[in-house]
Amino acid sequence: MTSKNKWLSAPYLLWSVVFIIIPLCMIFYYGLTDKTGAFTLDNITAIATMEHAKALRLSILLSLVSTLICFLLAYPLAMILANMKVGQHSFIILIFILPMWMNFLLRTLAWQTLLEKSGVINSILSFFHLPNMNIINTPYAIVLGMVYNFLPFMVLPLYNVLSKMDENVINAAHDLGANGIHTFFRIILPLSVPGIISGITMVFVPALTTFVISTLLGGSKILLIGNIIEQEFTQTSNWNLGSGLSVVLMIFIILNMIISAVFDKDGEGSML
Amino acid sequence: MKNIAKKIYVALIFVFLYAPIATLMVLSFNASKTRSKWGGFTFKWYASLFRNEVILKALYNTLLIAFCSALIATVIGTIACVAMSGMHRRTKAVILGITNIPMLNAEIVTGISLMLLFISFGFKFGLGTILLAHITFNIPYVILSVMPRMKQLNPSTYEAALDLGASELTAFFQVVFPDLLPGVLSGFLMAFTMSLDDFIITHFTKGAGVDTLSTKIYTEVKKGIKPEMYALSTIIFMTVLVLLFLVNFSPSKKSAKDKIE
Repeated sequence: MTSKNKWLSAPYLLWSVVFIIIPLCMIFYYGLTDKTGAFTLDNITAIATMEHAKALRLSILLSLVSTLICFLLAYPLAMILANMKVGQHSFIILIFILPMWMNFLLRTLAWQTLLEKSGVINSILSFFHLPNMNIINTPYAIVLGMVYNFLPFMVLPLYNVLSKMDENVINAAHDLGANGIHTFFRIILPLSVPGIISGITMVFVPALTTFVISTLLGGSKILLIGNIIEQEFTQTSNWNLGSGLSVVLMIFIILNMIISAVFDKDGEGSML
Repeated sequence: MKNIAKKIYVALIFVFLYAPIATLMVLSFNASKTRSKWGGFTFKWYASLFRNEVILKALYNTLLIAFCSALIATVIGTIACVAMSGMHRRTKAVILGITNIPMLNAEIVTGISLMLLFISFGFKFGLGTILLAHITFNIPYVILSVMPRMKQLNPSTYEAALDLGASELTAFFQVVFPDLLPGVLSGFLMAFTMSLDDFIITHFTKGAGVDTLSTKIYTEVKKGIKPEMYALSTIIFMTVLVLLFLVNFSPSKKSAKDKIE
């Protein structure tokens, strides 16, 4: 295309600067100042207070656990789906996107009905005389909610890399005498790293920062770092503190972005 | 044996993904107002849904924002893809890097940052601010869908059209755009879906008194969700499901495919 087409990118660049770059700078500005506008680090160091540090630790723990569970569930699934060769690529993506047409809050709330003491799952368990499980309003329910909501973000990038993998490479490994386990660990797994990294990023960040899932499934007692930030903005109206804590969160997010940029240069592991 | 195990595994995952949806559908026919009790089968929530102006207004807002934000994001995103195709590799990488920010960033951070922007620059909170926020997080989905199509494009066809006397605009719309169309459409659909399902960013950028379905549901959580909500989401979900079946398995498309094969 001609070089003057470059000017066509102006609307998008302008949009990005106004609605992506400047807003992010504002978070840093608010996070590094107090109510009078004077420079301070208090909002950042506030993360070390008991309440905030506890929430951050719990958030990191729960999001790591749910990312790991998502990975362990999604990898075999993506391999099976990629090997099934069910005609259309888009059909598989569709199955995972379809649930989003039912509201995210309602879908998460439905787990309350399923998990409650006298809920659906416990009724089924008692029918078979199995012990009941009481995980609603515990961290376990939050992990379940995270896995449920973010599993598609792990499956899709993995499915994407695995389905595009050159079969000849795998066949070559077999021909050269590698057994199934060997082929998996030496060939398939290393080749799918871009998808793995992308999946981990797509699950870890929303899980780390959620406040909705913990509100809906954790009762109101379990506070994650997302809940604390949300409260600073909507209830206590301490934007400076809320921004400061967000800046701390962004350190994790930026680390994540760097890792994904290093391992997935060509965007092979993208979701679509 | 191994195949059966695989099928069971896939089936279990789908039960996991679709169990809450089935639950909500069942609840929409539940005569009892509380979630936890089954009070018999009824259609009454479907009838009262259409008399509930608050919910209908929220539905209208949700659809309006989803449609407008997806449309505007599609236009801006597609134009950006065309522009980027002529760019130096490094410039392109920087722009794509910025594009990725809203996708990789936490929604709560995006929401808060936009809220601070709107407050500082004196925007009036309402449908407008929600729309601006939704366009912002929708553009990356459009770019990600259109970009691969752009790469597959053969630039010679465009040049040939120019040589044959077509104006640049004609050449674009007659030659390039038809090739991009599948990517543009899937980008629009992705954007529409994401906008429809968004809660967190809307939560921070909406004004008092303006509600989408998501924010309406969130305020109802503590009081108890109105069963009409279950009825509405069942209707939406079934509509989309039926539409998808019609598009994917329509006889005309199938026969066309058979011919190609």
